[in-house]
Amino acid sequence: MRQFLLFLSVILVGVLFTARLFYLQIYNSNSDSIFDDNAIRKVYDYPKRGFVYDRNGTLLVANQPSYDVMVIPREVEPLDTLEFCRLLKIDKARFISQFEKAKHYSWRIASPFVSHLSKEDYAVLQEKMRKYKGFHIQKRSLRQYETTIGANVLGDIGEVNNRDINNDPYYNLGDLIGKQGVEKSYEAILRGRKGIKFFQKDRFNRNIGPYNDGANDTLPEPGKDIKITIDSELQAYGEWLMQNKRGGIIAIEPSTGEILAMIAAPSYNPNDLVGRKRSKNFNKLLRDTIAKPLFNRSLQGVYNPGSPFKLMNALVALQEDVIKTNDRIVCQNGYKFGNRFMGCHCGGGSRDMVLGIQKSCNAYFANLYRKILDKNNNASNGIDVWSNHVKSFGLGNYLNNDLVVGQKGRIPDRDYYRNAYPKEFYSTYTLSNAIGQGEVATTPIQLANMTAAIANRGYYYTPHIIKAIDGETLPENFTKPNYTTIAKKHFDPVIEGMFQVYKNGTASGLQVKDLEICGKTGTVENFAIIDSVRTQLTDHSIFVAFAPKDNPKIALAVFVENGYFGSRFAGRVASLMIEKYINKTISRKDLEEWLLTHSLENEYAKPQSGKPFKINRETEYQIIPLEENIAFPDKTNIKLTP
Amino acid sequence: MRQTDRHFKFDWITILLFFILAGFGWLNILSASHTGEIIDYFSFTEFYGKQLIFIILSVILIILILSIDTKFYERFSSIIYFASLLSLVGLFIFGKNINGATSWYDLGGMTLQPSEFAKAATALAVAKYVSDLQTDIKLFKHQIRIFAIIVIPAFLILLQKDAGSTLVYGAFFFVLYREGLPKIYLIIGSLLTVLAISALKFGVIITMCITVLLVFGYFFSLKKKPSFFQPVLTLTIALLIAFGVRYTYSTLLPVHQKDRITIWLSLEKDAEKLEKMKKEAAYNLLESEKAISSGGLKGKGFMEGTRTKGKFVPEQHTDYIFTTVGEEWGFIGSFSVVLIFVLLILRILHLAELQKSQFSRIYGYSVGAILFIHFLINIGMVMGLIPTIGIPLPLFSYGGSGLWGFTILVFIFIKLDSNRINEW
Repeated sequence: MRQFLLFLSVILVGVLFTARLFYLQIYNSNSDSIFDDNAIRKVYDYPKRGFVYDRNGTLLVANQPSYDVMVIPREVEPLDTLEFCRLLKIDKARFISQFEKAKHYSWRIASPFVSHLSKEDYAVLQEKMRKYKGFHIQKRSLRQYETTIGANVLGDIGEVNNRDINNDPYYNLGDLIGKQGVEKSYEAILRGRKGIKFFQKDRFNRNIGPYNDGANDTLPEPGKDIKITIDSELQAYGEWLMQNKRGGIIAIEPSTGEILAMIAAPSYNPNDLVGRKRSKNFNKLLRDTIAKPLFNRSLQGVYNPGSPFKLMNALVALQEDVIKTNDRIVCQNGYKFGNRFMGCHCGGGSRDMVLGIQKSCNAYFANLYRKILDKNNNASNGIDVWSNHVKSFGLGNYLNNDLVVGQKGRIPDRDYYRNAYPKEFYSTYTLSNAIGQGEVATTPIQLANMTAAIANRGYYYTPHIIKAIDGETLPENFTKPNYTTIAKKHFDPVIEGMFQVYKNGTASGLQVKDLEICGKTGTVENFAIIDSVRTQLTDHSIFVAFAPKDNPKIALAVFVENGYFGSRFAGRVASLMIEKYINKTISRKDLEEWLLTHSLENEYAKPQSGKPFKINRETEYQIIPLEENIAFPDKTNIKLTP
Repeated sequence: MRQTDRHFKFDWITILLFFILAGFGWLNILSASHTGEIIDYFSFTEFYGKQLIFIILSVILIILILSIDTKFYERFSSIIYFASLLSLVGLFIFGKNINGATSWYDLGGMTLQPSEFAKAATALAVAKYVSDLQTDIKLFKHQIRIFAIIVIPAFLILLQKDAGSTLVYGAFFFVLYREGLPKIYLIIGSLLTVLAISALKFGVIITMCITVLLVFGYFFSLKKKPSFFQPVLTLTIALLIAFGVRYTYSTLLPVHQKDRITIWLSLEKDAEKLEKMKKEAAYNLLESEKAISSGGLKGKGFMEGTRTKGKFVPEQHTDYIFTTVGEEWGFIGSFSVVLIFVLLILRILHLAELQKSQFSRIYGYSVGAILFIHFLINIGMVMGLIPTIGIPLPLFSYGGSGLWGFTILVFIFIKLDSNRINEW
C-alpha cells in the first residue's frame, strides 16, 4: 500500500488546485472590464464645446484657452525658485506647499501646480519653460463670454459633482458640465462627446504604450453650436433699464414662442463664473440671500398677477356666455358682497367690458367672476370650469420648455379649496381671484405667455430659448401651437380694452407714436413677515403688453418688485422695450432718464432696516444722478461695464 | 556486439508531456517578458529569447543523456553526487549574489545555479545507496546515512539563503517511505506539522491543552498501560516544539518570512498593520491572485493580459509565471496546466513502479516526488494556499539552470526506463 501515498497526494493536490482555480477564476472572478482594469489608463480627449449665438448671429459664448502648470515631482531638477515663483506670480511658501502636495499625490504622475494662468503670463512663461525640468504646461478650455449680459440666460459650466456622476456615467471626476441656463439645458449638444484613449500602464503607473494598439480608442465629437432666441440688444437694453431694481422681464415673439429677452434683475457678469474665480464668485452670489442674484425672477418668481389677470376673467366670462360685451355694470367705488366690501380705484360709474378693462374696474370683474362661478348655481363646479379655461393659457403649470428652472404658479380649483371649505362653497369665498389677488399666482414667463396667447387671439407656442442647432430640427413641442379653450371671436373686445388702456386708460402716458400697443397695468399688494408680523410692503408694479395690435411682434410681461403702480415702473419699462424692439430707436429719452434716475434700492432696504417704514403713496423715491448709471453700450459691443 | 542487441523503448508520453509544458511555458515567458513591438526570438537580452535558446540547448542535452549507457548513471552516481556537493561548496567562494541568495556561478554573461543540478545528483545517490543490497532501510544506522545524503546538499543550499530549494529535499521522504521507511516517521512528521501550524495559529496554550487530552487519551486507551514516564516525555517534547516554533516565528525569522506566514495563517488582526502588510509582504500574493482571478473562464487571450503587460506581478517570468497562465488563458488554460502536471507526475510514478531494477525505481520515484513538491509549492503559493516560498515551476519558469536541471532529472529516468526490457 506504500506506493499509493504519493499517487494519492498528487491527485489530491491536483483536485485542490482545480478547486482553488475554480474559486478564483469562476466563482469569485472579477474579470477586468476595460474601464475598471487598473492596468489600463483611460485618457480622455475633450472636444471643443459648442458656441452660443443670439438670434441675429451675434456670438455670445465662445471658448478660451487656459493654461495649467503641471509638475512631475520625480523629474524635477534643482531650479531657480525665485525666478520661477516670480513668473508664476506665487510666493515661495506656496511653491513649497504645492510641491509637497504633488509629491504626496504621486512622484510619477503629473499634478496641477498652478492652474488657470492668464494668456499674458503663459506667453512669458512659455519661453522659459524648458529651463524647469519636470514642469510642463497643460492647455485646457474654459468658457469665454463675449458679453456681460444674460448671465441668467447663458448660465455657466463647472466641475461635475457626485450626483452628476451617479446620474450619468458619461461624466468623470473633473469633467465640466453646464450648471445653469442654456449651458445646462443644452449640455448634451454643446459638450459633444469626449474621445477616449486607452494606455497600457505598468505598476509604477507609467504609460508603456497604447492598449490593444488603439483599437478601443474613440475620437472626440465636437460640440455643436447653438443659436438662441434672445435678441441680445433687447436683452442688454432691458438689463440696462432694470438697474437698481429687482424683478423680471420676459419678452416673447407671439408668432413663434421664441423668447426675445429674459431679464432677471439684479444680475451679474457671466465672466465672473469662469475659471479660477468661479468658486469664490459663485459663493458670493449664493450668499447674497437678500438680492438673490442667482434667483431667476422672470422664471422662478411667483407673484399674484394682479390686474392683468382680469383679462383672463373677461375671456372666460365671454366664452361661458355669462355676459355680453355691451352689458353694463355699475361700480359704486367698490363691490359689496354680504357685509364685506372690495374697494375700487376706477372712479365709479357704469362700465361695459372695454371700459372695465381700460379703467381696471374691480367691481366689474368681481361681478364677472361671480357670474362665471355661479353660472349653474354651483360654484364648486363653476370654479373647476373657470380653472380649466385659465390653465389652457399655460398658467398654473410648468410650461414644459427648455429652461432649466421654472415654477408652476397656482391656479386654484375646487380641490384646492377643499381643506378651507370642506362643505359649502360660494363664489364670494374666492372673490380676490377676480382681480388677480387671492390664491392665483403666476410667474412673469407665464404672464408673458398669456399675453402672447391673447395677442395671437387664442393660441400660443411653448416659449423656448433655442432657435437653431446645427443640423437638427427643433422638437415639435416648440413648433406646434397650443390652443386655448377660448374662441377666437372673444379676444377682440378684450384686445380693444387693452388698446384703450394705452389710448385713454391707466397707461395713457406711455404711448409710442404710430405704434398700436395693447397692455394692462397691475398693482399687486404684497406682504412680508418681518419679526413674525405680517407687514404690507409697497405694491409690486406689473405690466403686460403686446404690439402692434395686429400681427403682433412682441408680447411681454414686466415685473418690478415694490414699484407701486403698474404704469410707474413696469409700464415705462414695457413701453420702452417695445419701442426698442420694433422701432429700434428710443424717442422718449425722458422715460429712460426717469427710470435710470429712480432707484428702488431704498425700498428694498426697508424690511431689513428694522425700523418702521411707510409704503406706497407715502414712499419717497431715491433719486440717483444719471451719471452713476452704467452707460448704454453701443451697438457693436453689448457689454455693460460699470 | 551485445550493445546492438539491446532494445530501447523511450516513453514518448512522458517526452510529449515534457515538451508541451516547456513549450507552453515559453509562450507565457514571452508574454510576461516582452516589451515593445518587435519580438526578437533569439534575443540575448530578452528573457524569452534566452529561454528559447535554453530550450534548444536542452534538446542537445537530452540527446547526450539518452546516448550515454544506462549503467553509467548507476556506476557514477557517487561521483556525480560528490561533484555536485563540491559545486555547492564552491559557491561560498565564487558565488554570485542575486536577490539575496548566493546560489549562482557567474560564467561571464550567464549564470549557473548548481542547486538545480544537485537535485538529480542527490536522487542518483539516494537511489544508489538504498538499492544497495547491503542497505537495510529498516535499520536506524542506515537511515541516518540516507538522511545524511539528503540533508548535506539541502543544508548547503539553506546556507546560501535559498529556503525554497531546500524544501524540495523533503520530496525524498515520499521515496524513502515507498522503499520501506517505518510508518512512525510519517506519523511523527504529520503530527509535528499539525502541532507547528496549530501553535502558530491558536497559540501554545490551546495547542498544548488539546495535545494533553490527545496524548493521555491515547495512552490510557492502550491495553498494556505504559509507564507514566512515556506520555510526560511526549508532552515535554511537544511543548518544546510548540515554543520553539513560536519563538522561531516571532524572533528568529527575518521580517519578510514572518510576514508571509502571518498573511498565510491570517494572524494579523490589526486592520492598519494588515493594510501595510498587504502593500509590502503580501503585495506579490495579492497581485498574483488578482491577475489569476481577472482571467475568468476563458482568459484575456495570449499576449493580451493587461496585468501581465503592466508588470503588476513582480518576478512574473520566473516564480510567478503561473499568473500569466491564469490571466491570459483563464480557468481553461490553468486547469490544463494543472492537469498536464498531474499526468506527467503520475506517468513518471507509474513508470517507476514498473521498473525491475530497484535503482531505477527509486530514481524514478525521486523524479516524480521532486516534480510534485515543486508543483505543489509553486502553484500553491501563487494561489495563496501556501506561504510565499521562492521556487520555480518546473519547465515553466524562466531560467536555464532550472530547465536543464529538470531536463537532466527527467531524461536520466527516461533513459533508465528505456532499458527496462533489458533488465531481468
